Amino acid sequence: MTGKKLHARDIGASAAPADTASIGRQLHTALSALKRAPLVPTSILGILISFAVFAPLIAPHNPIKIDIMANLTPPVWHEGGSSQYLLGTDKLGRDVLSRMIYGSRLSLSLSLIVIFLGGTTGVLLGMISGYLGGFVDALIQRSVEAMLALPTILVALVFVFTFGFGFWNVVFILSPFIAARFARMVRGETLSIKERDYVASAKVIGTSKAGIILRHILPNVANTVIVLATLEVGHLILVESSLSFLGVGIPPPNPAWGLMVSEGREYIATAYWISLFPGIAILAAVLSLNLFGDWLRDVLDPRRKQL
Amino acid sequence: MSGQTDAALPTPDKTADADILLRVEGLKTYFYTRKAVLKAVDGVSFTVRKGETVGLVGESGSGKSMTCLSIMGLVPTPGARVVEGEAWFGGADLLAMNKQDLRGYRGRRMAMIMQDPQTSLNPVYTVGNQVSEPIRLHLKERGERVMARVMDALRAVRIPQPEVRVAQYPHQFSGGMRQRVVAAMGLSTHPELLIADEPTTSLDVTIQAQFVSLIKDLQRESGTSVIWVTHDLGIVAQCCDRVNVMYAGRIVESAEVRKIFKAPQHPYTKALLNSVPVKGVKRERLYQIDGQPPALESRPSGCPFWPRCPHAMDTCKEEYPPKTSTGGDDFVHCWLVEN
Amino acid sequence: MASYLLNRFAQSLINIFFITILVFLLARATGDPAAALVPDDLPEAAVIELRARLGLDKPLIHQYWLFVQDIASGDLGMSIKGHRPVIDMIIERIPATFSLALAALVIAMAMGIPLGVLSAVYRDTFIDRVAKVVAFLGQSTPPFWLAIMLILFFGVFLFEQGLPSLPVSGRGGPATYIMPAFAMGWAVTAGVLRITRSSMLDVLDSDYMTMARAKGLSETTVIWKHALRNALIPVVTYFGLIIAAFMNGSVVIEQVFAWPGLGRLALVAVTGRDFPVVQGVVITVGVFLIVINLAVDILYAFIDPRIRYTKQ
Repeated sequence: MTGKKLHARDIGASAAPADTASIGRQLHTALSALKRAPLVPTSILGILISFAVFAPLIAPHNPIKIDIMANLTPPVWHEGGSSQYLLGTDKLGRDVLSRMIYGSRLSLSLSLIVIFLGGTTGVLLGMISGYLGGFVDALIQRSVEAMLALPTILVALVFVFTFGFGFWNVVFILSPFIAARFARMVRGETLSIKERDYVASAKVIGTSKAGIILRHILPNVANTVIVLATLEVGHLILVESSLSFLGVGIPPPNPAWGLMVSEGREYIATAYWISLFPGIAILAAVLSLNLFGDWLRDVLDPRRKQL
Repeated sequence: MSGQTDAALPTPDKTADADILLRVEGLKTYFYTRKAVLKAVDGVSFTVRKGETVGLVGESGSGKSMTCLSIMGLVPTPGARVVEGEAWFGGADLLAMNKQDLRGYRGRRMAMIMQDPQTSLNPVYTVGNQVSEPIRLHLKERGERVMARVMDALRAVRIPQPEVRVAQYPHQFSGGMRQRVVAAMGLSTHPELLIADEPTTSLDVTIQAQFVSLIKDLQRESGTSVIWVTHDLGIVAQCCDRVNVMYAGRIVESAEVRKIFKAPQHPYTKALLNSVPVKGVKRERLYQIDGQPPALESRPSGCPFWPRCPHAMDTCKEEYPPKTSTGGDDFVHCWLVEN
Repeated sequence: MASYLLNRFAQSLINIFFITILVFLLARATGDPAAALVPDDLPEAAVIELRARLGLDKPLIHQYWLFVQDIASGDLGMSIKGHRPVIDMIIERIPATFSLALAALVIAMAMGIPLGVLSAVYRDTFIDRVAKVVAFLGQSTPPFWLAIMLILFFGVFLFEQGLPSLPVSGRGGPATYIMPAFAMGWAVTAGVLRITRSSMLDVLDSDYMTMARAKGLSETTVIWKHALRNALIPVVTYFGLIIAAFMNGSVVIEQVFAWPGLGRLALVAVTGRDFPVVQGVVITVGVFLIVINLAVDILYAFIDPRIRYTKQ
């Protein structure tokens, strides 16, 4: 890089081409690198994941059981609070803490499903489009850009109008948007990877297009895909909770975090805890995902170190 | 013209020789990284006289660019710092000056041309705008006179159709032209010293020759002193009056140019000269100096060249050789030559 | 430059086509489009006439063509519940959403750009760390929750303490803008900060910066004249994304603050089963975003002289 001052970090970062055989090795290095991960975000993520997985074991109460007698109980540190309901109860007497714990299940599972569906589609489309070029590329790329130009929440509103809301409807609406984001990024990466020498040699020995894509391109986009996936989970949690907040996402009585915040809105002056804590859960989840994803990006591709 | 520092102590006039323009003494510039201290410039001393063209020769990593940046006060911070040394220019020590005074020197009394003309010009401003900056700032011109001066500067570096070119952007110029623009920027204020840091390295060979002769002509007309940083001995032979050979952050030999070519004293200088293919002289294969220059963080003790020196002795490994005069202003640092 | 602009223009057309088709199909997918698009308390004759005009018994392509024609001429249908042309309702609400978005943009730029510049110039110092924290928080805070918390503190709490507080709903004087604009701008600030910082860092390392200093220019000139303009080029491209984020965010923020804008209109229409309104808002906003992005592409071409004068 002429014209830029050389920093110590510019020298030394190697970009050895990955192939399927080395993925095992990479996984191993990845797992051991996890030990060096930033403490706070990783712990929070760990807590959230355990909440999601072990919710029935951890949550003190049934999240949807109504108990009008106990409604609007303040958190334990207030007068009138009780250690039975650590973070208080909502207007129907449901325990806020338990609902929050179960809520992590909803948020994480929804996001993971969407990432899986949208991500695999998007990565495939991106690689195909980037590698094949020509008409196929134009078709896919133009569609992807058109998709990305759509205002997500507004289009989701139209969709919900037609098909109604609910967990799976949200998954169905959000997946194409995620697919578009992955497709655009992977296409860009593919364009530069396909110029590299090992791809040329694979072509020379007669590897099929599909073979090249799966064996040479895919492992090399894996890093950026993983980083993007981590960041997109956070982004999805925000979008889904916004939709649930508006009442067009996950429906009651499910303990979706966004829904909890909106349910607490009318009581904001008198029972602030109903809205406050689920929101903190969202903030904590997304923040840890962003911090973790950022660290991951530095680890997997140190040359692109950014904020 | 702010040329004097406000030093409380009496400053001995280090420019006693009336025609010495720049005297650098004991310059040390270090990079501070988390892992190590990198001694980019490790004790450099040389002089430049008025009207003289001095070459600064060495491989990459020898510290030549850093020496120039240090003199100009442009050491990249954070990370690097001038640790020690003096640079006497017109009766004042550039390295001891406050930033404000130093800025008065930069662009006015000393100017610089860098290696890559593509990146040394700001892509979003016209050439005229950029060339006019030092004119406006240092010569304090205003209005139409600025444009007149800009045109003069462009004409002086032989850019055709300056009236058209002045409103164009850097990317509309070819590499050689861009470098001329940079030269125009530097010379528009008629500085006393021009530092040219490998200005021809990224140019085509034919353009190189043009540029070199341009600078030579300009230098002859205006009497500007020039420091030519280069690794190309051909340029040295063409332009320089005197040559400083740098290795591992130090000057290992300094001599008048004819002497360097005829009777090099330091083994490194000899090796450099040997590795240049000479027309008409048949060789079995190109002579290469064995080995690599030492990495900045792992310089050997003693004389840094000893691992590659065919005549290395035990003393070389232990102590850095002191300065030995070889006649006039010339000197060398080598145990073999020590008196 | 011409081919670059042509490319962007073509893409914009494709985008408009895409969104109109999407909305069109979604309307027809409800099973009985008439139920969605035709007010149910119209006299029989009017219903038949409306059905004919919408071409509901004609082939899909024909319907789509009618649809596009209507949109192009500004006819976005009739609101089922309001019995008014949708376009009128939209025009009424534009100032509210637009002014809020503008306020949010000003806040985001005023906070984001200086912080970005400072954190680049003073990289790895305390200032930089503070900026990073701000950026991460901004990106991770759910805007609807932030809005409610702002109301809790600046509206309710201060009021109860007898201190001057901010109005919690409705659109009125400047005071009513503060909380909603901040809630909307906060998330975007992070993006602006990051982009400014990263592009400043790139620029600060450049040779022309060293050259500028070598000419003796003051540090202020070097940063604010030479660095900033180059650094802002990527920020301009971020503009389109910012506006999109505002359009999305407006649905939520307007809901929380009972702000009479487009986002709220769309939301109310969804729960009120008033499809023409939903359709109208989504198409209007969608096309608006596409136009803005095209404008940004054009602007970008002009700001960066390299694009202006290079053959693509």
